[in-house]
Amino acid sequence: MSKLVKKPFLLLAVLMLVVLSACSGGGSETATEEKPADEGGQASGAIKAKIGVISYITGPGAAYGEAITNGLKLAQKEINAEGKVDIELVIEDSAGEQEQALSAAQKIMSDDDIVSIIGPTLSTEMNVVGPEADLNGIPIMGTSTTAEGIPQIGEYVFRNSIPEALAIPASIKKAVEKYDAKKVAILYGNDDVFTKSGFDTMEKTAKDMGLEILTIETFQKGQSDYNAQLTKIKSLNPDLILASALYNEGAVIMGQARKMGIDVPFVGGNGFNSPQVIEIAGEAANGLIVATPWFGEKDDPKVKSFNEKYEAEYKKLPDQFAAQAYDGLYIMAEALKNAGEADRDKVKDALLEIKDLEGILGKFSFDEEGDVVMDPTVLIIEDGQFKQFE
Amino acid sequence: MILEQLINGITLGSIYAIVALGFTLVFGVLGIINMAHGEIFMFGAFIGVIMTSTLGLPIWVAFLAAIIVTAILGYMLERFALRPLRGKQGVSHLAPLISTIGVSILLENVSHHLFGAGNHPFRNAFADISFQIGSITIYLVQILIFVISILLMMALSYWLSKTKAGKALRATAENLETASLLGVNTKKIIVLTVVIASAMGGIAGILVGMAFNSVNPQMGLSMGLKGLAIIILGGMGNVKGAMAGGLILGLSETLIVAYGDSGYRDAIAFIAIIIILMLRPQGLFGQKTTEAGR
Repeated sequence: MSKLVKKPFLLLAVLMLVVLSACSGGGSETATEEKPADEGGQASGAIKAKIGVISYITGPGAAYGEAITNGLKLAQKEINAEGKVDIELVIEDSAGEQEQALSAAQKIMSDDDIVSIIGPTLSTEMNVVGPEADLNGIPIMGTSTTAEGIPQIGEYVFRNSIPEALAIPASIKKAVEKYDAKKVAILYGNDDVFTKSGFDTMEKTAKDMGLEILTIETFQKGQSDYNAQLTKIKSLNPDLILASALYNEGAVIMGQARKMGIDVPFVGGNGFNSPQVIEIAGEAANGLIVATPWFGEKDDPKVKSFNEKYEAEYKKLPDQFAAQAYDGLYIMAEALKNAGEADRDKVKDALLEIKDLEGILGKFSFDEEGDVVMDPTVLIIEDGQFKQFE
Repeated sequence: MILEQLINGITLGSIYAIVALGFTLVFGVLGIINMAHGEIFMFGAFIGVIMTSTLGLPIWVAFLAAIIVTAILGYMLERFALRPLRGKQGVSHLAPLISTIGVSILLENVSHHLFGAGNHPFRNAFADISFQIGSITIYLVQILIFVISILLMMALSYWLSKTKAGKALRATAENLETASLLGVNTKKIIVLTVVIASAMGGIAGILVGMAFNSVNPQMGLSMGLKGLAIIILGGMGNVKGAMAGGLILGLSETLIVAYGDSGYRDAIAFIAIIIILMLRPQGLFGQKTTEAGR
């Protein structure tokens, strides 16, 4: 047995050595090429940098990964065309699993040419990948990780996505004011860090605002029948339903709720905020209130041109995840420019310095922990469209 | 509320029962736990979505198409994943189980590729027909699901106990060699069983699509595991047991949410199954056989 195992391993080891030596050879080659170029024309004086991307490309949430990588690629194209930095993306799939995200991160970190990481997609994944990246001293930035405590993992961990702790209270406050709500029911997915932390924020906000919480119901990822929970909620007659769910489950929940005659507004977290909700739930999606950093219909030339370019490239309109990823790479590029070279520590310091960077999401700054400073917009779905909620 | 919750529970339970019927049929005859059954069920649901939402065809066409497609899938499952392993020397009795797991992974990823990630809505006018009794809204689909599950169970019991093919099937289940010696075309019977079981999975798929308006490539897995729990609860290979087990699981899950804590839904439901099995290891309707002592 052991002999049988050993042989392929030896072969593999030899193969890896060959690959490795090829890699390092390639690396030194580009380095020598660069030097004269630096002194020559400034067009080729672009800072070359490889950025690792860990994204949720296969599995139930593959739509997130698709949007994120699309946004990144679009930004990469524009940034490289600008000529100041030359970014190469190394994209790895995490499949939404912690273990796979970690092994993808290790693969990226072992490549010394890679200067920083964008991703992973889920907060659950960031909780295992973040500490590892921090330990290895490579800056990592989540573009969609909104659970509490992500930038606090370490000094190398950043995010450019508005945390639920900021977004949810904003939307609940506006909804309560508008509908004069006093009693709420809460519904959340209890098998996901993201929806769980969204629920914690909802519960805290509701308590702080003195709302009466009628019931707290849970569900699991991939469930298809929510009738039992919804029937219970219906019998309690709430003014508002706070639902911490990802769009996939959330849209189905709204569909079933409207079908059984629950017509009060829903307030959702960040994962609920996707045009997919309208596609899946149709008319039933009307009355969903979410706070978002990204509003595609905003009357802003930057947003409009991003929409056009994205649609031309991918034949559909961008969502929040694409937009955050797009801005995320711009933030990275800005940090690279300011750092002056592709060095992990210098990029980390440059990231912290970023202030009021104009992106498609708005004016962006990091606080001293690497968390977002930004104002969310509150939206509501009306007549099958996201509209600004006043 | 209690009436509404009972209706919810019966709807869910009936769906579980139809899924479990397909499971139990294959187990009863072949002694194989068909892990691909949940994915075949999911394929049936997707065919329903394509026929009604995408192509706008009437619901009966969707049923027909789902039955045909899942029957073909069942045939291919038997032909390529089970038959090559049957009666060969040195094949472990676990091999068919593993090969069906392989098929389930394949089907899940194929559907992911074909239909895309995420939930697909099941838009059909038929799914929206409802009537009001007091404050309770009952959907025609909910009644239909219950009726179909009962009909399927009765038809299956009748077919197994009264018809010639059913008798041949039971003979095959009892002993493959003896049955073939007595002139039963066991090869045909086995194919027939897997095909019927798969077609039932397809029917269940469409019903779930209509009732819950949510179809996604991952729905097969949890449904498959619950179906498995139900046939163990009801007694392996027992048709009435599958029905009763399905209703028990569906009702208990719903009532736990209604009067307890939804966070403990699966926990309490499965603890109940464990307790029932401790008291009746052969399952609710299972018979003690000489083999049971193994």
